[in-house]
Amino acid sequence: MSAPPALEVRGLAAEFLTDRGPLRAVDGVSFAVAPGRTLAIVGESGCGKSVTALAIMGLLPPHVRVSGSIRLAGREIATLPPEERRRLRGAEMAMVFQEPMTSLNPAFTAGEQVAEALRLHQGLSRREAFARAVEMLAHVRIPDAARRARQYPHQLSGGMRQRVMIAMALACRPRLLLADEPTTALDVTVQAQILALIDELKRETGTAVVLITHDLGVVADHADEVVVMYAGRIAERAPAAALFALPQHPYTVGLLGAAPRLGRAAGGRLASIEGAVPDMARPPPGCRFAPRCPFRIARCAEEAPPLAEVAPGHASACWRAPLESVLEAAA
Amino acid sequence: MSATAAAPAPAERGESPGRRALRRFLRHRIALFGFLVIVVFVTVALAAPWVAPYDPLATSWTAIRKAPSAAHWFGTDENGRDVLSRVVWGARASLMAGVVSVLFAAAIGVPIGLVAGFAGGVLDAVLSRIADAMLSVPFLILAIALAAFLGPALENAMLAIAITFSPVFVRLARGMALDAKATDWVEAARALGNPPWRIAALHVLPNIVPPLLVQSTLAIAEAIIAEAALSFLGLGQQPPAPSWGSMLNSAQRFLESAPWLAIFPGAAIFLVVLSFNLVGDGLRDAFDPRAERR
Repeated sequence: MSAPPALEVRGLAAEFLTDRGPLRAVDGVSFAVAPGRTLAIVGESGCGKSVTALAIMGLLPPHVRVSGSIRLAGREIATLPPEERRRLRGAEMAMVFQEPMTSLNPAFTAGEQVAEALRLHQGLSRREAFARAVEMLAHVRIPDAARRARQYPHQLSGGMRQRVMIAMALACRPRLLLADEPTTALDVTVQAQILALIDELKRETGTAVVLITHDLGVVADHADEVVVMYAGRIAERAPAAALFALPQHPYTVGLLGAAPRLGRAAGGRLASIEGAVPDMARPPPGCRFAPRCPFRIARCAEEAPPLAEVAPGHASACWRAPLESVLEAAA
Repeated sequence: MSATAAAPAPAERGESPGRRALRRFLRHRIALFGFLVIVVFVTVALAAPWVAPYDPLATSWTAIRKAPSAAHWFGTDENGRDVLSRVVWGARASLMAGVVSVLFAAAIGVPIGLVAGFAGGVLDAVLSRIADAMLSVPFLILAIALAAFLGPALENAMLAIAITFSPVFVRLARGMALDAKATDWVEAARALGNPPWRIAALHVLPNIVPPLLVQSTLAIAEAIIAEAALSFLGLGQQPPAPSWGSMLNSAQRFLESAPWLAIFPGAAIFLVVLSFNLVGDGLRDAFDPRAERR
């Protein structure tokens, strides 16, 4: 591969300084996304998905220590001064948030908010920017965009507002779009439309997408590659198809078992993962999933397993990977 | 427009939050009454040279402390000056003192409050403690001290009022900035690459205009009273120029023999202050998001 990936993250860590001491919300996360591809980050609440996204954007508060390398199209941005980092936001990388209902400024019209990105980064005049904003709104399939552009957020539905957010994020054609649970707050039918829209725009513009979600159904339909995070670390990283076909980390196996699926025997209970996420201020010394893992061995509690390839492009942080034999033995 | 357009829009055209508030304010009868009273007083104050029947400073030895009559509707004072003319001219001093000092207070207080709220940390702590310290001193005492320090003059009284009022705006703006800082839309604005000053001035400020407007209106009422109090104490408008407070000051010696000297400026203060309070309440209701569903 000659062209550098749109985003390459190496050894990313984010440490919150709390009253109880430093808390590593993200610990040694590495992945890469090529232009026009989608990488999904999955995991349960508090596993560090959102912090990872905010760290890439440079939006974490100053008391959070971020370390590691973040390369945007080959250029190291983690060490840039805040002012230069700010200029990348909205232009080279953009983010769509979970809550479309509250992510728009109530005092401005939809069009003005989309226009702002263009005025900030491309120096367009108010009028030019607004005209482009109307085009963008039409582009994200908002019917009657010219009229909608003059409406205020409270006059728009949730799905419509998320389209406006996407229009804002993509107005300057960024290399990277971070979508943090973009559909969690929306109706199921609207969810599918929004995700299809993101896919379409991605294909069109070659933007790389990092899709943060806890919905494995979404991952299966929209992601090319998947990173499974647990307690701030990567548990497993794999192409989407491989992950679903042959999960190589017990946590992934548990997640797949916990996902509701049509056609499963009626009346059967969804599998759950026993136990709870560890206290992040005092994580267990070895594998962080060990206390909940059905396949744990003595070593798991003592030594943290490194993320190692079990197949080309498929890495798992588990001492017992590859898991095929383990799973067979359990079945 | 295609026939298969999505769900019908809630409103044909976008109604800005400001327009909606205006529409609701106009339905608020008592507030509207207050607004009309203020309009009348402002008009009278602006048109004082044409409205006042006499020169407010012209004394007359033949008309000392005359009760209200056809020639002098509000009577005359101890120097034979026409009270109506003095009330009309006094409206200039009082209204100007109220409005200008509050504008000044907001101009000082709002930026400081926004900076404190946004910057946080040591800067916030220092600015907030200064504001708290100022608020802990009884307001009139601080104003009297400042006015006495600056010297007796209407301009100095206004400045003193502006300074004593500014911490209220610091606190309000700081609180609103703190609220705003935690909102998703400020996070989204940051994600779009807005520099901090732009977020404060262009994103947050428009959203805190409603409470600032309500606070300012109520503060004007207080500032008018403050100006009257300072003038009453001789620290505001200097004689012989009229202001409602200084008129009350000279009226106190004649409360029994010539009550009209106190009644008319007193009534003017009462009406204007009441009206500003009514308008303030009306604005608060008009901007109240909870009163939305109607």
